[in-house]
Amino acid sequence: MIAALLLVPTIAGISVLLVRRDLLRRVLLIAAAATQFALTVATWLKPVAAEGAGWLALDDLARLFLTITSSLFLAAAVYAVGYLKREGSRLPHNPYDATNINEPDAVFMACLLLFLATMTLMIVSRRFGLIWVAMEATTLTSAPLIYFHRSQRSLEATWKYLLICSVGIALALLGTLFLAVAATSASRHSLPLLVDTLVRPESALQPVWLKAAFIFLLVGYGTKMGLVPLHTWLPDAHSEAPSVVSGLLSGALLNCALLGIVRVHQVCAAHGLGRFSGDLLVLFGLLSMAVAGVFIAGQADFKRMLAYSSVEHMGILALGIGAGGAAVSGALFHALNHSMAKTLLFFAAGNIIAAYATKKTREVTGLIHAAPRTGVLWLVGCAAIVGMPPFSTFLSEFSILKALIEQGRVAASVVYLAALALVFVGMAIIMVRMALGAPPARLKHAPLADSWLVTLPPAILGIVLLVLGVYVPPAVQVFLSRAAHLLGGG
Amino acid sequence: MTAWIDIIMVTLMLANLLVLGSSRLSACTRIVAVQGVAAGVLPLLLGPQHRTMGAAVLVAITILLRGLVFPVLVFRALRVARVRREVEMYVSQPLSILLGIGLLACSCWVSSRLPLPSPAPSPLMLPVALCTALTGLLVIVSRVKAVSQVLGYLMLEIGIAVFGTAALPEQPLLVELGVLLDAFVAVFVMGIMIFHISREFDHIDTDDLDELADWTPDAEQPK
Repeated sequence: MIAALLLVPTIAGISVLLVRRDLLRRVLLIAAAATQFALTVATWLKPVAAEGAGWLALDDLARLFLTITSSLFLAAAVYAVGYLKREGSRLPHNPYDATNINEPDAVFMACLLLFLATMTLMIVSRRFGLIWVAMEATTLTSAPLIYFHRSQRSLEATWKYLLICSVGIALALLGTLFLAVAATSASRHSLPLLVDTLVRPESALQPVWLKAAFIFLLVGYGTKMGLVPLHTWLPDAHSEAPSVVSGLLSGALLNCALLGIVRVHQVCAAHGLGRFSGDLLVLFGLLSMAVAGVFIAGQADFKRMLAYSSVEHMGILALGIGAGGAAVSGALFHALNHSMAKTLLFFAAGNIIAAYATKKTREVTGLIHAAPRTGVLWLVGCAAIVGMPPFSTFLSEFSILKALIEQGRVAASVVYLAALALVFVGMAIIMVRMALGAPPARLKHAPLADSWLVTLPPAILGIVLLVLGVYVPPAVQVFLSRAAHLLGGG
Repeated sequence: MTAWIDIIMVTLMLANLLVLGSSRLSACTRIVAVQGVAAGVLPLLLGPQHRTMGAAVLVAITILLRGLVFPVLVFRALRVARVRREVEMYVSQPLSILLGIGLLACSCWVSSRLPLPSPAPSPLMLPVALCTALTGLLVIVSRVKAVSQVLGYLMLEIGIAVFGTAALPEQPLLVELGVLLDAFVAVFVMGIMIFHISREFDHIDTDDLDELADWTPDAEQPK
């Protein structure tokens, strides 16, 4: 089962490179995404056995993140077909790609599928060494995706992404070695670095080295996750990448990096260091929220604004998981909600760029008249991302707040609320101004922005957000608290 | 055997300071290559029980990659991009050497606080490993050219490899393989990127890669 999850995107990715017909390539991309989604659904229906001597397994946490990744990828695959079609009939006045040749479609689709394969590997790995390898592989498969528009700007973004994330990954390797040292006893007997072995309390780990390992892995994977002050690559990469990739980076990749940190946190919690690792996560989380809030206010580029909002939401997730208790299940629920809302918004942003040929917030007005479907999506996404009821993001943000107050973390909840308010005002002003008003004269109607292929996937995400906000099925709640239980939360 | 290990450790340490003090990119490349080869033979010096066929093959691959393949790739990037051969830094040379000495002191202090479960073959290994990794980070952040950043990255990887050999002598194969794979892929991909950067910008100075920023003083006015 797990092998199939890994093989489907890998084989599809390689065969996309070999296929010459455009249509066949598109069919292959969507078929692979749909198969992956179907396999993910199947993992819910019957229990999945561990594979590869326990190196690959699906626990509840992995199942949650796998579901997020596969469903987003299915939406992204459909959107990508529409996106590439639009890029093929490119507008001559678009300053972002008028002079540049895009990456070949085949390479782009192949990287997209291999990116899915590496993320899946990251999610199902149980061995810290393998987690590290998978994390490195996600960097390599996603770099060509960011460099899709062959321009100076995207080149700069890709260089930053590669260099900063490679350094982060190198530090994570050092952290993994520290963990191996922690698992070595004085008699030179070392435990295998399996999550399942290390979370047993009787596996005596050296506390000093475990702490050092957590710090290095937090910094290393935190770079990939976009925690302040390690987030500097994130706004550049997210704003310069094609919108379909930005959506996947934000919605799927950042979560995978979070899962890497969560695995070490799990080990720390099992050895009585949960307080230490949790407090570090809370600190980084609050810092990320506050800094992102400052950069969102008055942001001139709407894709950068969305990218900073990702930094903010990663902060919320780190805060919730670090705080422990009831906040953990809230944070896991929020991971699901944020992924859907952010992917919706990035997809809508791609449509806006197609219509207006700009990423500047000031040059976009009257979206709701120029491209009605995208305009509605943009407003829905805006309400969802800032956490307005009746969307499910409100529920998850509120449950984290409730848990913080119940735990008596007064300072943390004040910073949390202040940052949320700052982001609320900052994003709502920019996004509502873009949606309303009169569209520019040159642009009465923008059919390219509103075709079904590029509006249906985000619309479905929006509907799910709304449904989950009104009614959370008890099964989902039970599942979330079971996943949270793995992290010592309720 | 410990004497040989110590000689290698001193070589690594001197190489760190030389890279910080050198003003020629080609010299830096050669020093990092020597450093990589010196660190590469370490697994053979750990004791007779580690001198297996697998270890020998691994050492050969390491030396081949760090001593030959990486320098050739870097020199090729230098030639293709036709860069000026001087090192350009954001901090002055004396200051960068001083910082390097500070990093050494810092690594000695840190390693005195982190006792290994089983003592390393030589007490110098842990501080030198940390110091090499930190010096690599310093080179990455303090140099202008993309090539220097690749060199810094290689030093970081060498430091991590030495740490792995010192702390986990039981599994040197795994550690070395991981590090090598990482370094190889990074150099390969970054080499391609440097080629693209030099074609797009006619230079590889990363301080001109500043179009994407939130606050640039002269780009404030919306056009």
